[in-house]
Amino acid sequence: MHEMSLAEGVLQIIEDHAAKAGFGRVKTVWLEIGALSGVETEAMRFCFDAVTRGSVAEGAALEIVAVPGTAWCMPCGQQVAMAERYDACPRCGGYQLQVQGGTEMRVKELEVD
Amino acid sequence: MCTVCGCGQGETKIDGDHEHEHRHEDGTVHSHAHHHDGEHVHTHPHAPGGLSYAPRHHHHGHEHSHAPGLTPGRMVQIEQDILAKNNAYAGANRKLWRERGLFAINLVSSPGSGKTTLLVESIRRLAGRHPLAVIEGDQQTSNDAERIRATGARAIQVNTGKGCHLDAHMVGHAFERLDLNAGGLLLIENVGNLVCPAEFDLGEAHKVVILSVTEGEDKPLKYPNMFAASDLMLLTKTDLLPHLSFDTAKCIEYARRVNPKIEVMQVSAKSGEGMDGWLAWLEQGVASAKN
Repeated sequence: MHEMSLAEGVLQIIEDHAAKAGFGRVKTVWLEIGALSGVETEAMRFCFDAVTRGSVAEGAALEIVAVPGTAWCMPCGQQVAMAERYDACPRCGGYQLQVQGGTEMRVKELEVD
Repeated sequence: MCTVCGCGQGETKIDGDHEHEHRHEDGTVHSHAHHHDGEHVHTHPHAPGGLSYAPRHHHHGHEHSHAPGLTPGRMVQIEQDILAKNNAYAGANRKLWRERGLFAINLVSSPGSGKTTLLVESIRRLAGRHPLAVIEGDQQTSNDAERIRATGARAIQVNTGKGCHLDAHMVGHAFERLDLNAGGLLLIENVGNLVCPAEFDLGEAHKVVILSVTEGEDKPLKYPNMFAASDLMLLTKTDLLPHLSFDTAKCIEYARRVNPKIEVMQVSAKSGEGMDGWLAWLEQGVASAKN
């Protein structure tokens, strides 16, 4: 998926908060990225560095909190781990799975001056 | 540059820095841009075993990001979705289209799956039964919009330039130029790309993924997010099946692995096979969107 657009989205959120909360410089940015979100974290780092140049977040460290994928298996009636969307249920081997967690793409918090 | 799909983005430049590639002991080749101001902070640990990035531990001390002698800054809770801005535009589009009783669908596929041919044939068969307009997304050229206009339907071309997907903001602006006020059908043909458009809601009622039988049957597994995000899969160019070794049943099975609820239809714009079912699906959507 398109990390450059996402990195621009992250910067937009930071700049909105900088204007509202009145901070001058961002030192660290925590993102929560789900394993099933389609975000390649290394591409995100690359794009984040590129889009934040000349902004309040220039040079900020990017901390990516990986959120594991989880799904509800209907036949098993319980939550199971899911590393990829095409994975079978690790218990029953079926594909009647409903993704529950791991699709997040959020700006969690900032450390600012 | 979007390192997933290779596209550039707007006027974003990587000024003053060079791209730097190095090989780690485990064989991982990794490239990144860096400043030359003496403050190179190499913050990313590398997972062993190649280019698969394992979840990293979340350090809340984050001491590595501080220059010596500086006190930690204050923390600001954000808890905001990265796509919040796009989603807000998508929400506004959805509201407007609902008010106008419009059925909007977002057609996504690889380049060359036959989206435009299918649209042209669908519009021809609908033959003015409903108000209808098309928003065409491509990086360059207005060729597709011209093909649609040749049917007599209204079409707006959005050129994304270096961008690899339509977003809700672009589509909202394109829609302003269409005179579609009293129900009908809005067909949005996204940029040919099975990766990026999956995550960008445009305000549509459904994403429809188009896969031609000249492509591999394992595409639902290779690009799972797109098939997970779609409500209907159209298998196109089925008139070519006798000449191919495409395994239709396998393809449908793969799509259902990724998305157990996905509807599947097999169509050929050329022979007309399956077109009645597809048009009935559209008609039903139009009828249910009508105020």
